[in-house]
Amino acid sequence: MSTARPADGLDERLAPTSTLRKLLGRPELGSVVGAVAVFVFFSIVAPTFLQASSLSTILYSASTIGIMAAPVALLMIGGEFDLSAGVMVTTSALVSSMFSYQMTANVWVGVGVSLLVTLAIGFFNGFMLTRTKLPSFIITLGTFLMLTGLNLGFTKLITGTVSTKTIADMEGFSSARALFASQWTIGSVTLKVTVLWWFAIVAVATWILLRTRAGNWIFAVGGGADAARATGVPVVKTRIGLYMGVALCAWISGQHILFSFDVVQSGEGVGNEFLYIIAAVIGGCLMTGGYGSAIGSAVGAFIFGMTSNGIVYAQWNPDWFKFFLGAMLLLATLLNAWVRKRAEATK
Amino acid sequence: MTATEKTTTAPGAAPALVKLTDVSKFYGNIRALQGVSLEVSAGEITCVLGDNGAGKSTLIKIIAGLHRHDAGTFEIEGEETVLANPRAALDHGIATVYQDLAVVPLMPVWRNFFLGSEPTRGRGPLRRLDVDLMRETTRAELLRMGIDLRDVDQPIGTLSGGERQCVAIARAVYFGAKVLVLDEPTAALGVKQSGVVLKYVAAARDAGLGVVLITHNPHHAYLVGDRFVLLKRGTMAGSHTRDSITLDELTRQMAGGSELDELSHELERVAESGAGTPPTTAATDGAAGPSDPDGASDPATRTTAPKRDDTTR
Repeated sequence: MSTARPADGLDERLAPTSTLRKLLGRPELGSVVGAVAVFVFFSIVAPTFLQASSLSTILYSASTIGIMAAPVALLMIGGEFDLSAGVMVTTSALVSSMFSYQMTANVWVGVGVSLLVTLAIGFFNGFMLTRTKLPSFIITLGTFLMLTGLNLGFTKLITGTVSTKTIADMEGFSSARALFASQWTIGSVTLKVTVLWWFAIVAVATWILLRTRAGNWIFAVGGGADAARATGVPVVKTRIGLYMGVALCAWISGQHILFSFDVVQSGEGVGNEFLYIIAAVIGGCLMTGGYGSAIGSAVGAFIFGMTSNGIVYAQWNPDWFKFFLGAMLLLATLLNAWVRKRAEATK
Repeated sequence: MTATEKTTTAPGAAPALVKLTDVSKFYGNIRALQGVSLEVSAGEITCVLGDNGAGKSTLIKIIAGLHRHDAGTFEIEGEETVLANPRAALDHGIATVYQDLAVVPLMPVWRNFFLGSEPTRGRGPLRRLDVDLMRETTRAELLRMGIDLRDVDQPIGTLSGGERQCVAIARAVYFGAKVLVLDEPTAALGVKQSGVVLKYVAAARDAGLGVVLITHNPHHAYLVGDRFVLLKRGTMAGSHTRDSITLDELTRQMAGGSELDELSHELERVAESGAGTPPTTAATDGAAGPSDPDGASDPATRTTAPKRDDTTR
């Protein structure tokens, strides 16, 4: 207790804490190791995997998951789930498309209305959760089913089919497409704008998580809600904010789907919520909350992109994809648990 | 232990920091607390003693602003108050250190230290945590209380129970608490760790804070306490100042005199049927060891440790 500390701020007991050990303590570590393994594996079995054009395809499919995986990771660090995240993307696209078409308004009006509706859904999830104190699994399962029904029901009611009418010839379409679904071709490489959205979202999420008060609150709410409440952290606001963050990214994702295809299938999105959760968990998020990272979720999404496309490049039957994803999830979780145990033990 | 006692309700120059008068709390038709009075002044430690289910937790929750009292008055520095939430209590300078929910185990020590009151720098979207200040302050404040942490970045869950309590106490002191409410700070700790925590409790008192110490250990209470409030089944079983009660009497009252006599008889029988010397008065002293004629001298020697010098250094 009373040992004198060296003046230079170094502690003799803090012996050679190597950079390696610091790395071991990072939540992303398991996912990075996994990503390298998957990369090496497909580089060997699929000769076309290493081509630049393949990389851009992989990045694109990673970005479609990654845009949602980052806010879902934050939500999971905050200790909650959102099973409605997948269909919420579709809802957002449907609202935007149908509102513009029916009101024959500029598509930007539809885009704006869609933002409000999607944020309202996120608020509803958070509000119901904090009000009823039911598990988020139940609340968002309810939202998931309701949205699935509403997506199909409203679309059929309004358009008479299961998909929306094209809005490609409407005013504002090209500018909205430029924002949500543009792409640039540099040589043989096509870069889609979603990749930029993805990187930006991960950067902002990381900033929020590690360098703002809100980030401190997210960790606290997920790691010990009672302690957080007792120290004056606005637990309810934090939770609602997390759900609205998921909704905001669902809106971006939904607008991308709408403006890259100009029509929306109302039954889409079901099952994607699990891909987001898988990416977050592979990236080091604890199912119980309080631990994880946004960068990890990006690595998880990248693993998803590599696996889903690698199987195609390797000319395997894509039916195997889900098996791979499942095995990957298990391995990543085990690896994460093992790494964390080691890191804690050697501290 | 410097307290020179005033009488229990002396309306001296400064009003008590916290004063509860005839406070009651009901959960539906269950009486959790009835007619409890308590006060604590600056530089004083008031101990609340009671067995499990005596109403200690309810009392602490009322003072901390988690629950509202149903009857009686709750005065803070002479002004009657009803606390809406824990934040309101904090704003009044009442900081509560809970037994197990003081901290978030997975978070680094420095993040825990500032949880809920994080300092920031910059404006607008660039408003960010002042991480360097947070790290440095945490290290310095803990060092000031004599805790030399290896690494403020380690998850607080990796600290020992006593260290965690001390971090929580240091945090409350740093954030300008006037009243420190401690919920069973020594309950899960060994003898040495308890001693360390009690030392910081005394340090907080010497810094001019009023301390409410909740415990079921009369030995720990008597080591530092100026006033003692005994709770039993939700009612007040006694209220004493330090000079009006001895440790033996306190222990006796806490366990309930007649119940203890009965227990003592029972234990005697057990001891006679086995082999050994049945100490008739041992039971009143808590766990083991011969009765100390001078009840106040060094009560902790009775628990288990023969030597305690190292903890009170």
